[in-house]
Amino acid sequence: MKKIALLGMPNTGKSTLFNRITGSSSRVGNWPGITVELLSGKILLGSEMVEIVDLPGIYDMHGFSEDEQVVRHFLHDNVPDLALVVLNATQIERQLSLLLQLRQFNLNMVVLLNMADEARKLGISIDTAKMSAALDMPIFLLSAKYGTGYTEALQSITQALRKPSTATENVRQLLEQDENIEREMSRVLHDTVQIPARLPDNLTTRLDRIMLHPWLGLPIFFGIMYLLFQAIFLFGQPLQGGVNELLGWLRETAVAPMLSSLPHAIQGFLLDGIYNGIATVAAFVPLIVLFFLFMAIVEDTGYLSRAAFLMDALMARMGLDGRSFVMLLMGFGCNVPALMGTRVMRSRSLRLLSMLVIPFSLCSARLQVFVFITAALFTPKAAPLVLFSLYLFSFAAAILTALLFKRNYPNTEPFVLELPPYRFPTLRQMVMRGWLEVFQFLHRASKFIIAGVALVWLLTNLSPSATPASPDTIAGMLGSWLHPIFSPLGITPELTLALIFGFVAKEIVIGSLAVIYGLSGQALSGTLALHLDWVQAYSFMLFTLIYTPCLSTIATLRNESNSNKFMWLSLIWSLALAWLLSFAFYQAARALGY
Amino acid sequence: MKPGDSATIVSIHTDEALHQRLLAMGFRTGKKIELIRKAWFSGPLQVRIGTTEILLRKAEAEKIRVQK
Repeated sequence: MKKIALLGMPNTGKSTLFNRITGSSSRVGNWPGITVELLSGKILLGSEMVEIVDLPGIYDMHGFSEDEQVVRHFLHDNVPDLALVVLNATQIERQLSLLLQLRQFNLNMVVLLNMADEARKLGISIDTAKMSAALDMPIFLLSAKYGTGYTEALQSITQALRKPSTATENVRQLLEQDENIEREMSRVLHDTVQIPARLPDNLTTRLDRIMLHPWLGLPIFFGIMYLLFQAIFLFGQPLQGGVNELLGWLRETAVAPMLSSLPHAIQGFLLDGIYNGIATVAAFVPLIVLFFLFMAIVEDTGYLSRAAFLMDALMARMGLDGRSFVMLLMGFGCNVPALMGTRVMRSRSLRLLSMLVIPFSLCSARLQVFVFITAALFTPKAAPLVLFSLYLFSFAAAILTALLFKRNYPNTEPFVLELPPYRFPTLRQMVMRGWLEVFQFLHRASKFIIAGVALVWLLTNLSPSATPASPDTIAGMLGSWLHPIFSPLGITPELTLALIFGFVAKEIVIGSLAVIYGLSGQALSGTLALHLDWVQAYSFMLFTLIYTPCLSTIATLRNESNSNKFMWLSLIWSLALAWLLSFAFYQAARALGY
Repeated sequence: MKPGDSATIVSIHTDEALHQRLLAMGFRTGKKIELIRKAWFSGPLQVRIGTTEILLRKAEAEKIRVQK
């Protein structure tokens, strides 16, 4: 039977391609000359069966890593009739070297430039006809992910296989040069270098002994999380106050006088609508910078994989795994990338269950709502505790959801994960990460915020004859229409309105409150403290925490699950859970006399 | 195996997909494997092969036969 060797660098999609070509017929087998097992499959090409062997990904034909030696030994003892070389089209300028090294063997070759879809997106264009002529071998663009470009490539492989292969002696001769070096290397190493059988205790091992301790591990984990949020609050709040004052001062001294010549209604729209809204949200930037800075540290140090280790036992009982937990934690930054991160899970049901759970993660947009309200209604001592309790509720909602739905999404995916050593991220790395996340947040949020606060101002100021935000405006009517649903939760019509806007994005909740009350910053906090007691405020925060995060999350859920039904399930379930929890909390607190 | 024990991999009895992943992480017949620790509540195991540390669940670990 004729043999095809599949060669390429790591991460070229070689295995995806192998699976595509061989379907389910592949098996693991032993080969002469090598001790490791390789995956191979038989397929029908033209009128004969041929065997395709998937070789380990390598960077260099003449390198001396384990994989590179395996490939050389395999080729030496099993010279294939054809080498099928897979290159990543997006890194073609780097990967061409391997192709040219292989060409020296004079084997029959067919080249597949994989990831054509990504290359196209990056604006890389490859003239395969010209390249074929230059290298004198057939070259094809294809996408293993989307399955395009196969038919032509397979036809060409069939044709190339008909040419007799005369390379055997040449291949062996060339490879033996490297094998001589291998022997020389091992002789010198054997005599001169000693590698201990057991690695010495390094810092990672010693740290893991504490961080992953059977009893101490989890308390340490929660302790770290708690300290993190304390620190964000401690450093963030003074900064936030500063930005608030600065923007207020700017309004009085620069923006208001500049706009004073405009008609009264437009002035109101620009100042009380847009400026107040944006100013209130802008004050959160320092807080978000800090949050992402700390998250970047936790992630880059390698602690997140440790968290997966600690939590897997618990997550397994909820039908999830350690990776779901890591995604859940990522969701504390923003739900959208966390939902996209579930792509690493191969089992669809595990993925769907994770996606159902992630929107309950208290994301940074919700955090700013809570920071504002806790600061307005709770003492500085109680505020971090209140915030921490909301994080606990966030976990509880996720756990409850997973337990309720796990039977509908049974999971059989194995859990195998590499544990990186601890690394201390460089300052540059941390700042870059923090800055990138903030930039993305602002980019995503700014569109929503401006459109959102403008809409809120219009709804709260129309019709022109009514007093702003009074029951006669469109907003007031909407609020009172929904009032029967929200009054059992202690949520006032004004807050109901903020919740409606929060459906679009949580970033605009505080902005819309600023517009509804016509106040910003400190003044808004003062008014909220006058109008609400802590039970009402907490009930409002619970509802905000649990109902749908934002329009972007819903859109992502829909895209990633590719199912409208799943999106609706997530939407309706979170609304129902939010209402029930707020209702239970508010009624219980009132019944207890608070 | 108890935490701290070392053994040699004799054979791996998993489906193709998982076998591929284990191969990629360095699980090969004849390799030395060390059990570093087990998570609480019969959670995953932490093992070391060469210089790579890997987490895997009990269910997966049971499919890897080792000899002390």
